[in-house]
Amino acid sequence: MLKERFRNTGKYTRLISRRDRIRIPAWLIIIFLFTVVIGAAYPELIPSEEERQMMAETMRNPAMTALFGPGYGLDDYHFGAMIAHQMLLITVLAVAVMNILLVARHTRGDEESGRMEILRSLPVGRLSNVGAITLVLWGANLLLSLVVGGGLYSLGLAGMDLEGSLLYGVVLGATGIFFAAVTALFAQLAESSRGTVGYSLAFLLLAYLVRAIGDVDSEAFSMVSPLGWVLRAEVYVNNYWWPVLLTLGAAVVVAALALYLNSLRDLGAGFIPSRPGRRVASRFLQGPLGLALRLQRTAIAAWAAGMLILGATYGSVMGDMEEYLDTLEIMQEMLPEVVEDISLMDQFIPMLLAVISMVCTIPVLLMILKIWGEETRNRMENLLARAVSRRCILGSYLLLAYFTSLLVQLFAVTGLWSAGAAVTEEPVSFKLIFDAGMIYLPAMWVMIGVAVLLMGFKPQAAGLTWLYLGYSFFVVYLGGILQLPDWMSSLTPYGHIPQLPVEDMNYPILALLTATALVLTVVGFLGYRERDIQG
Amino acid sequence: MTVLRTRNLTKKFGKFTALDRINLEVKPGEIYGFIGPNGAGKTTTIRVLLGILKATEGEVTVFGKDAWKDAVEIHRKVAYVPGEINLWPELTGGEVIDLFVKMRGSNNQSRREELIEKFNLEPTKKCGTYSRGNRQKVALVSAFSSDADLYILDEPSTGLDPLMDKMFRECVMEAREAGKSVFLSSHILSEVEKLCDRVSIIRKGQIIETGSLMEMRHLTRTNVLAETRQPVKDLGTMKGVHNLRENGQQYSFQVDSEELGRVINYLSQFHLVKLESAPPTLEDLFMRHYEETGGAS
Repeated sequence: MLKERFRNTGKYTRLISRRDRIRIPAWLIIIFLFTVVIGAAYPELIPSEEERQMMAETMRNPAMTALFGPGYGLDDYHFGAMIAHQMLLITVLAVAVMNILLVARHTRGDEESGRMEILRSLPVGRLSNVGAITLVLWGANLLLSLVVGGGLYSLGLAGMDLEGSLLYGVVLGATGIFFAAVTALFAQLAESSRGTVGYSLAFLLLAYLVRAIGDVDSEAFSMVSPLGWVLRAEVYVNNYWWPVLLTLGAAVVVAALALYLNSLRDLGAGFIPSRPGRRVASRFLQGPLGLALRLQRTAIAAWAAGMLILGATYGSVMGDMEEYLDTLEIMQEMLPEVVEDISLMDQFIPMLLAVISMVCTIPVLLMILKIWGEETRNRMENLLARAVSRRCILGSYLLLAYFTSLLVQLFAVTGLWSAGAAVTEEPVSFKLIFDAGMIYLPAMWVMIGVAVLLMGFKPQAAGLTWLYLGYSFFVVYLGGILQLPDWMSSLTPYGHIPQLPVEDMNYPILALLTATALVLTVVGFLGYRERDIQG
Repeated sequence: MTVLRTRNLTKKFGKFTALDRINLEVKPGEIYGFIGPNGAGKTTTIRVLLGILKATEGEVTVFGKDAWKDAVEIHRKVAYVPGEINLWPELTGGEVIDLFVKMRGSNNQSRREELIEKFNLEPTKKCGTYSRGNRQKVALVSAFSSDADLYILDEPSTGLDPLMDKMFRECVMEAREAGKSVFLSSHILSEVEKLCDRVSIIRKGQIIETGSLMEMRHLTRTNVLAETRQPVKDLGTMKGVHNLRENGQQYSFQVDSEELGRVINYLSQFHLVKLESAPPTLEDLFMRHYEETGGAS
């Protein structure tokens, strides 16, 4: 019986491997290079013992704990402890995203496109699909564990022994396997691949936020989140293996649940049912803009809510920071150049907002890149065959992207300020946070410009925008700590934004960024007007 | 005035030539058939006509305007039913129909209701739950409930059941009676035979034959089935006789139109018992072109 359900899983595994023979290795190579290249850069960036200990002190700051997880081994902050503490969490996020996208693509994605129907008409078991993608990703994550672990060990840095390096890799792999299982579960619940990716990313964000709050306030709360577990491995310091076992155990349970639900439901159906809809179109659904808004309204609302929570999570850290900074009075003498007339609290605001802004860029880019999604699904011809110009189509999506950039940023800033105001005795003014947040809009518009440019000339390469955002994220997230060379941050629009309130407002720079965004966008429009549309 | 005209339309994708010097001309009030096997270039041609793809060379005009530059203006008077219909799974059929009609600019609410009724479509269901035939109906209802002057239909009846197919043909004939033009691509030959005034056959990106069905038949062969009391000698070697099959004294064969009289005269010497002749179907036309140009690709 069970054997029948899984019939031909092996061949299915080969099919998936064949289809993703570029995609999976590309992910693995990028994650491997990311880890090893940055790891190798640490000794150059922070060569002296004093600097490392100073960094350890800043890591005691609750804001840092919220961003990177609880510090450990801070008394002897060697390279191993540093790299694991600062890099593991962000790398785990990348691995989770990889697993989410791959599983959604091969489960709901294939079901939606009708490919699954053809496969299921062959002697292929009902559970072979979920079984096969799970097997493929076990393999991919195991491989990732070994190459990353091996790569880190080969760096030969102080404190980076073989066991720690392997544990580092295995933590990545185990979390990857866990999120693959979670996505397989959501693929049963949601009815579309967009929904599957959406729910899974929301779960990832929630796990991150629960961990952030938990790490600052209560250890027990953190243990609810799978991202909280991985940090408890204390790689390179204590090398605990139980979090790996816990994660893998949870993954098996979730995967079993996904398989069980898969065996119950009809092909194409989900457990969250769809209702009958309107008989006639509403007054809003009148043209390309109305259509774009209608198709993405749920996503916009969900992201706005998500960004409010993200902002509030970081804001809630401010109370702990205030306390922490009070105890630091003595230290201020050690850091004279920092203090002057700016409070230490203000120092962390631009950093938090930079990170928030980059997360807020994700929904903004999704709005624009939807154009390519529509084109590959042959739905653009529905519009283009009617009295609708290309300028109007691209313009509609562009307008929606600008609107989204304003909306999510406003929500994030509001969340940050209100949570911050609730937990601190001397709240920072709303205007300060608002200015410091909204000033990132021109950078987001440059990202929109890059996306529009690609839409106009090389939409197949739309993924490059994500790579660019990933690069920006890495440079800004880690750049502040690692003191990376200036040219690296000058390559990303976020690196040019004045760090209010620490730095002064710089209108010329903002104008320049906005102009860049405008030029990219206009050129993209010209390209879009001239190119063939696939369908 | 011609409704639609292409002059040496050529479309290349990289080095691959998808369309090679296509010449088409559709007149007002005409139903124009565009037939060819899968992958011949029918849909590519239509996408160029709609300004979705840009012609590499040649001239493409609809209503006397450039199909690429003036696409939006042209489309106000064009209704299009794509071959493969991809709708938004989260919208209902009713919403999609309204959206499409509004995006063209014209609106005919009573016609919409009438057609929904006629095609027996459930407009409150989400498109994601529609079968292929139902998606087809959504496209047909939105096309025929708008006041267009040119209907471009890409294999429109694939997926419709016979009853719906009849409805569809009625809609097309109505449109013609109202003086509209129809450009109909298909590989279903019987459909084109029933509807079309003139036909172009496309194969591997080239037009291999254009004309009215009458003209084409003139160029071709008639199917004959004959039964005689005495065995017929040397029928297979007669000029103009093809594909002869004998079954006792029953003979079925094809004969070139200009040789038909002579062959019948010859047969009558052997005491005809039965004689059936059928005009060539488009199928025959089509197959003949295949044979002559080296078979299907």
